Amino acid sequence: MKKFEYQDKKDTRSGFGAGLYELGKKNKNVVALCADLTGSLKMNEFAKEFPERFIQCGISEANMMGTAAGLTIGGKIPFAGTFANFATGRVYDQVRQSIAYSDKNVKICASHAGLTLGEDGATHQIMEDIGLMKMLPGMVVINPCDYNQTKAATMTIAEHHGPVYLRFGRPKVPNFTPEDQKFEIGKAILLNEGTDVTIIATGHLVWKAIEAGEILEQKGISAEIINIHTIKPLDEEAILTSVKKTKAVVTAEEHLLNGGLGDSVAQLLGRKLPTPIEMVAVDDTFGESGKPEELLKKYGIDTDNVVEAAEKVLKRK
Amino acid sequence: MTDNQQLERIASQVRRDIVRMVHAQNSGHPGGSLGCTDFFTALYFEIMDHDSKKFDMDGKNQDLFFLSNGHISPVWYSILARSGYFEISELSTFRMINSRLQGHPTPEEGLPGVRVASGSLGQGLSVACGAALTKKLNNDPKIVYTLHGDGELQEGQIWEAAMFAAQHKIDNLIATVDYNGKQIDGPVDDIISLGNLRAKWESFGWEVLEMNGNKMEEVISTLQKAKSMTGKKKPIVILMKTEMGMGVDFMMGSHKWHGVAPNDEQLKDALDQLEETLGDY
Repeated sequence: MKKFEYQDKKDTRSGFGAGLYELGKKNKNVVALCADLTGSLKMNEFAKEFPERFIQCGISEANMMGTAAGLTIGGKIPFAGTFANFATGRVYDQVRQSIAYSDKNVKICASHAGLTLGEDGATHQIMEDIGLMKMLPGMVVINPCDYNQTKAATMTIAEHHGPVYLRFGRPKVPNFTPEDQKFEIGKAILLNEGTDVTIIATGHLVWKAIEAGEILEQKGISAEIINIHTIKPLDEEAILTSVKKTKAVVTAEEHLLNGGLGDSVAQLLGRKLPTPIEMVAVDDTFGESGKPEELLKKYGIDTDNVVEAAEKVLKRK
Repeated sequence: MTDNQQLERIASQVRRDIVRMVHAQNSGHPGGSLGCTDFFTALYFEIMDHDSKKFDMDGKNQDLFFLSNGHISPVWYSILARSGYFEISELSTFRMINSRLQGHPTPEEGLPGVRVASGSLGQGLSVACGAALTKKLNNDPKIVYTLHGDGELQEGQIWEAAMFAAQHKIDNLIATVDYNGKQIDGPVDDIISLGNLRAKWESFGWEVLEMNGNKMEEVISTLQKAKSMTGKKKPIVILMKTEMGMGVDFMMGSHKWHGVAPNDEQLKDALDQLEETLGDY
């Protein structure tokens, strides 16, 4: 198993904030909107440096999404930031009609996704957002795994014409991907080559997959690990190539089982390459208050769960 | 012939188009379309600075219009066709399979004149705010216009946008409310009353004008007055009193023609009341 090292732990939302600030310097058409969460989204630097291109929307996310759609008319590239729950479920119809169906070049930037926002509890812990967004025709769905990758993704999506859902989070997690990485939408990253099982992970669960791979190696199991930062469009070729070799799959994500990455991978394999699959995801329940690590453990989406899933799927080969 | 008489002639033809389009597919919304015909005619043939032959999504250095109450698409489609955005003959495809003239307007099919989808109510004012802000960022001096239903004002997002527009001093925006007092289930006052609508908008920080939307001269003069009030740090709204079904006697005075098509006999009756001035499609 390849060794993965990191200098420090950082939050992915800070990667977004840093990427947005860099974009602001480079691209005068980039504008940013926020619904009273500028600090939480790490958008302060952009707001301070480019006040004329920062639009405070207050606590009115529906209006923010509509305004973002309108800003594209005349060539602006709006980055609309708020918590994932308020960027998806709360404003689904606004995103659907004014952005997705209208094919507007809006970047929906969603922080505090999943369980790991922690103590605020289930009202804020959306785990349905990937499903909601990936179902919208034309919507690109991206869930990067660490600070560097989130920063790179933020800068890249400005070059993509069309609606994008960029999902990131609150906790500090190992920042292990290269600082100078080139981010390619829809291109999976093969982190570790293996022969027994393919672990396909997204977001915060990518590091958990790496930890699981190390444990599995000690147990004599060789895991191939894929970082799927783009859930839609899914890198079908990368997945099929790996699964043809390993003939067993585990998916891992900080999301509900219904509608998540696992769903997308299962659909692909069901159609093109039926293969035993186990999914590490939250099974049809809401979250609760707690520390991020406690929550991952309680809701069954921690390193050990990835290990168990791999062992289980190997028995089904 | 005066300018206003010329506009009245266009309006008469647009009203014919509306009832014929809705009749052909036995589907669509004639009531509000007929009520807003004079407004649309004035806006597109007299007030707005726009070039139908140079339509693109960005609309730089052109006035923009957003229809927030997308269900009155028949009047908009007729006006767009009659002002040169696309062939008049295409009106015959309204609500048909493979048509660009969808039941509710959308840019998805590439119909010139349409820049955002509408139909799910309450979203157009927000979109217009964004487009108006982009015009300011681009130093584009042109104006953004919208139209909303009065029943649509029951949507909370309208009031989010109203607060937002005042806060950001969006003064290149002229919104109009079709204040016909009717919605699908009955009179607006019986469903969820808008109360003192003028006071509501004023307290939200808007300049408020009122007009009779079925008197061409008044529509023109009020829209011109609204234009003269732009650039003064406040958004502008026009409360436009209209008669739903205007121009077709049996459709007037009731909410029941909101979304119902005339049958063959009713169509004949309607067309007998509306002069064919520019030639039917």
